[in-house]
Amino acid sequence: MISGADIMVKCLKAEGVDTVFGYPGATICPFYDSLFDSDIKHVLVRQGQNAAHAASGYARAKMKPGVCIATSGPGATNLITGIATAYMDSIPIVAITGQVRSDLLGRDVFQEADITGACEPFTKHSYLVSKTEDLPRVFKEAFYIASTGRPGPVLIDIPVDIQENTIESFEYPETVSIKSYKPNTKGHSVQIERAVELIKSAKKPVIVSGGGVLSSGAKLKLQKFAEMTQIPVISTMMGIGVMPSDHPLYLGMLGTHGRRCANKALHTTDLTIVCGARLGDRAIAAPDQMSERTKIIHIDIDPAEIGKNVKVDIPIVGDMNNVLKSLIEKIGDFRINDEWDAEVKDLKAHYQSKISTFEGFVEPRTLIGKLSSMLKAKAILCADVGQNQIWCANNFRIREGRFFTTGGMGTMGYSIPAAIGAKLGLKKRDVVVVCGDGSFQMSLNELSTIVQNNLNIKIIVMRNYRLGMVRELQDNHYNKRHSATILNESPDIVALAKAYGIDSAEVSSNEEAEKYIGKIVESDKPFVLVCRVHPDTPSIL
Amino acid sequence: MKYTLSVLVENQAGVLSKVSGLFSRRGFNIDSLAVGVTGDPTVSRITIVANGDEYVVEQLEKQLNKLIPVIKVKRLIEGEFISRELVLIKIHCPAAKRFELVKIAEQIEAKIVDVSPTTVTLEYCETVERIHVLMDLVKPYGIREIVRTGTIAIDKGKTSVSA
Repeated sequence: MISGADIMVKCLKAEGVDTVFGYPGATICPFYDSLFDSDIKHVLVRQGQNAAHAASGYARAKMKPGVCIATSGPGATNLITGIATAYMDSIPIVAITGQVRSDLLGRDVFQEADITGACEPFTKHSYLVSKTEDLPRVFKEAFYIASTGRPGPVLIDIPVDIQENTIESFEYPETVSIKSYKPNTKGHSVQIERAVELIKSAKKPVIVSGGGVLSSGAKLKLQKFAEMTQIPVISTMMGIGVMPSDHPLYLGMLGTHGRRCANKALHTTDLTIVCGARLGDRAIAAPDQMSERTKIIHIDIDPAEIGKNVKVDIPIVGDMNNVLKSLIEKIGDFRINDEWDAEVKDLKAHYQSKISTFEGFVEPRTLIGKLSSMLKAKAILCADVGQNQIWCANNFRIREGRFFTTGGMGTMGYSIPAAIGAKLGLKKRDVVVVCGDGSFQMSLNELSTIVQNNLNIKIIVMRNYRLGMVRELQDNHYNKRHSATILNESPDIVALAKAYGIDSAEVSSNEEAEKYIGKIVESDKPFVLVCRVHPDTPSIL
Repeated sequence: MKYTLSVLVENQAGVLSKVSGLFSRRGFNIDSLAVGVTGDPTVSRITIVANGDEYVVEQLEKQLNKLIPVIKVKRLIEGEFISRELVLIKIHCPAAKRFELVKIAEQIEAKIVDVSPTTVTLEYCETVERIHVLMDLVKPYGIREIVRTGTIAIDKGKTSVSA
């Protein structure tokens, strides 16, 4: 005989899960008791939401679903923001929640919450398990759904009695058969032919690359396609890292907070090849105008994304890997014409940013540029949300590393837990967090998790005593009325970090900051570097 | 523009809330929604009549298809399907007016399913347009209550929507 809880652990083992993130409670205790005997590493976060963010960081690093666990009621509802973040960022996570006994469901008993109902709008799918026998199938399906097609979060809600009940034996299904879920990965060959013709006839084509290229692992294919054709590449925030930042064909990030040369190219192009991006409002502010200016080829695994935000001339539903492979085969020796090539080079040279500095403060954009070269080529940078995110997106020079941020949801407090997940996923990589003093204070409790698990994560806090991004918005659109965006009287972060057992220092110039970074990257201990940033330092130029 | 969608879904708990929730959270308007099991007991059919332009319908079809328990979504083509709705109407009707109302029911082929000293209840299974005709006819008497099932629809000829 085997209990539901033991089955849950065996299911995780069968899925190759080695690390999970969670916070226990009464209704998930049977599972935690079984987990105690297994070799799966459990990372105890300090707030439930961060378990989901850590699972997201882990998933992005490992390119497979991350797992987070919470108890019923408040444990489960604390996960919600993390689950919604994974949904908007298309990150595969499997969230497991305990639930009150099946016979008490709906009676509003202690720590009961309808979590499958609450998460309905932002889970890819969810299960409320009603029989212990169903657990193996549910787990198999959950991991399959989370990681295939457009990745996303799947929730499994398991009443405590389902975990306690025993059944005869455990057998993990080898295959999944869901009648109603068969993502189309191939890419329609006629559409691909049409796309190739359109590319060949275009005068000024550009590629817009999004997170879908990274999640399908098609980064190198995209680079190859761009290099063969010499078509310049622009990325969305979620697509940062598709091209090395210093690649001659890379124009940077588009959108409201993007690079001017990228936006300029988008205004000039006659053919935009959109790869795994949904073109949300921060990427394309005026989608109608865009469709008038340029023809659009949209490649995405999610058919619902095509035509949702911009009108498309050629839709291609499929996995980026497969579609890019076909495009590479069929494009032949086509290369863009010399005039466009020259124009792009000119754009890039013309729109170089000039950064003004404030005496006695760290210039964050210059520092982040410098930071890139001080880390190993494969470093992972986790940026939070706000000005720090934009500084990182535009100035971190990615080589072979990764850039993790929540470009879709924009959840403050994401970077530290995501870094914990990333570090546990890829232990040998340099993992660096850049956050603001607002976002730092949203998840500083995870410093404790970092120490407890002995994680070598460097945290750079850009401290301007402001909620900088909103304050900037208030400067520009609300008559400089700084309503609720001042963080004066915040605690001494250096002392705080030290109280957690992490070494820390505060600096007020780039020279000082670089000196510290040079030192701390050599150490295998975590570090919190607080950089004093002038409140008037803008997000972009 | 009014359109009719025939949606096949897995017959399991929570599917209806997934489908109906999609409408409200994406700002789609719904006229009627009718659910029933199909010939295959594991599959249910949801017939949705809704309003919106081409963009909305296309988005709706795609978003419905994205829900894991949704097996198939088909937009029925105007003029190529039969639709029916069942309505029960309780009408205020003292004995003196009863004969008149029975005449109306006969003419329009509605069935009288209940009579009380002060009311008559009609059953009518027809297209939405015909139902509105009946409602207009009986309105002057005073409608006490209307219960409608929502529209169900099936393709004409040999075409079918099956899993």
